[in-house]
Amino acid sequence: MGKTIAEKILLKASGEADVELGDIVEAKVDLAMSHDNAALVSKHFKTIGVERVWNPERIVILLDHRVPANSVQTATGHKAIRGFVSEQNLPNFYDMNAGICHQILPEKGHVRPGELIVGTDSHTTTHGAFGAFAIAIGATEMSTVWATGSLWLKVPETIRIEVSGSLPAHVYAKDVILNIIGTLGSDYADYKAVEFYGDTVSEFSIASRMVVSNQAMEMGSKAAIIPPDEKTTDYVGSRTSLPFTPVFADQDAEYLDTEVFDVSALEPQIACPHSPSNVKNISEVAGTPVDQAFLGSCTNGRLEDLKVTVNILKGKKIASSTRMIVIPASWEIYSEAMHKGYLKVFLDSGAIIVNPGCGPCLGAHEGILADGEKAISSSNRNFRGRMGSTESEVYLSSPAVVAASALRGEITDPRTIE
Amino acid sequence: MIKGKVWKYGDNINTDVIFPGRYLALTDPDEMAKHAMEDLDADFVSKVQEGDIVVAGRFFGCGSSREQAVTCLKYAGVSAIVAKSFARLFFRNAVNLGMPVVQLPDTDKIENGHELEIDLKSGELKIVDTDKLLHFKPLPEFILRIIEDGGLIPNLKKRLDL
Ligand code: SF4
Repeated sequence: MGKTIAEKILLKASGEADVELGDIVEAKVDLAMSHDNAALVSKHFKTIGVERVWNPERIVILLDHRVPANSVQTATGHKAIRGFVSEQNLPNFYDMNAGICHQILPEKGHVRPGELIVGTDSHTTTHGAFGAFAIAIGATEMSTVWATGSLWLKVPETIRIEVSGSLPAHVYAKDVILNIIGTLGSDYADYKAVEFYGDTVSEFSIASRMVVSNQAMEMGSKAAIIPPDEKTTDYVGSRTSLPFTPVFADQDAEYLDTEVFDVSALEPQIACPHSPSNVKNISEVAGTPVDQAFLGSCTNGRLEDLKVTVNILKGKKIASSTRMIVIPASWEIYSEAMHKGYLKVFLDSGAIIVNPGCGPCLGAHEGILADGEKAISSSNRNFRGRMGSTESEVYLSSPAVVAASALRGEITDPRTIE
Repeated sequence: MIKGKVWKYGDNINTDVIFPGRYLALTDPDEMAKHAMEDLDADFVSKVQEGDIVVAGRFFGCGSSREQAVTCLKYAGVSAIVAKSFARLFFRNAVNLGMPVVQLPDTDKIENGHELEIDLKSGELKIVDTDKLLHFKPLPEFILRIIEDGGLIPNLKKRLDL
């Protein structure tokens, strides 16, 4: 019987002669990523009793969740991380002037097809967009990975999702994946790997593929893999000089389930409060007033997202009843946005530009919502209280909808803005 | 044998309501415990007693990779979590922090306030109040050992002889 991408990567990482579905294997990790929670990871690491980390080259640590520090507690955590990094001589540390973990990893050449990546962040699935088996783990577990370079993993079943059709104007990768999650449900892929196929996915840019693999976490996916192609190898090759071997599924690989989506008539999608799977067509929620519009996050803070937004905002003003917050996902994107003149468009429209980082996405730092407030957001999660008050509401959408809604002060279909 | 009183919740209880993002900078587990379930049931921390058991529906612990969602419950005194199903990350974090987790399809038979007795090895859960015995599939030996050792770090120390 043939194997899926997840099975093949785990087979290689386990060093076993063969692996079967459901097997628990000891897998060797290619890359281990932590962000601000490295403070907690290093605290656990010190209790193990191992002096040095297993391989400094394979650990990436960066600060993104609460940057610059918003409290003494946060600052203390950041300081502890810097101390640990210098103690252990870790070469791949990015301080608060880099960006969001899931953007920085590929941008700085740490992601390669066929590799096993673990990260102490649930949206580590993002790196499946490059054909890696990339999964999230907790801080305790990461401390043992730092010590040993390996962890126990169950060989998961894989679901195949095929997406076909060319997208109508003003409809994007975000709408596609929200539609998929809305259809299949928030725990549909719990414990499962997902592979994405189809002409729509092949047509997607690297940035759009990252949207799919990132947001796919919200249907429970353990990993969300897009088979690598020329676009993948071109991008990765331009970011790293280290060799890599793309891994593909066998023709006769066995899937738990195959789901087929035709997106040629899709309209913009909105995930309504309080779940990313509570997805509706925009026509059902258009007109809902919004107090805040957030463009950014590891889902939709990339250059193509800023570009779409700028095209909608250009020469216009954000509604006086709304505040718009823009956060480029990384300093590279920030800098390119400056060169391309995007930042001026944001400023002129009345938007607030914030330094790269997670910002309002997790309601821990800035851009917090008050009781009764509503936000439209390009991020990936809208659980109750996620962006501040438990009495606030977050609607998730594509950047185009965020921009259109900011202009009108209410959820707005970008197709209605000339 | 685990024994305790039930606090019952519904489906899709996510990590943002179990341990809100605004407390993520905390590193002291006892401080974390003060905010357990804060955005779901603000009185939880004042009600819960040492050894109590959380029972829930489908997809318990969905969302973030934050293990604080397990830590806060553990230090608030919770001795086990029983759910129809768990989100993968929460399940792993629970095992790795030595928190017993029981996957049981018919948690509907258990009510808030019930007393439970759970035997992880045999896969038996008894509702003391109704004298009803429910069965679940015991976890693999390898995972039970991690829980028994008190989590992944003590387990690893044992394996590495540290
Ligand atoms: S941007 Fe939001 S979802 Fe992405 S890593 Fe940061 S907090 Fe998590």
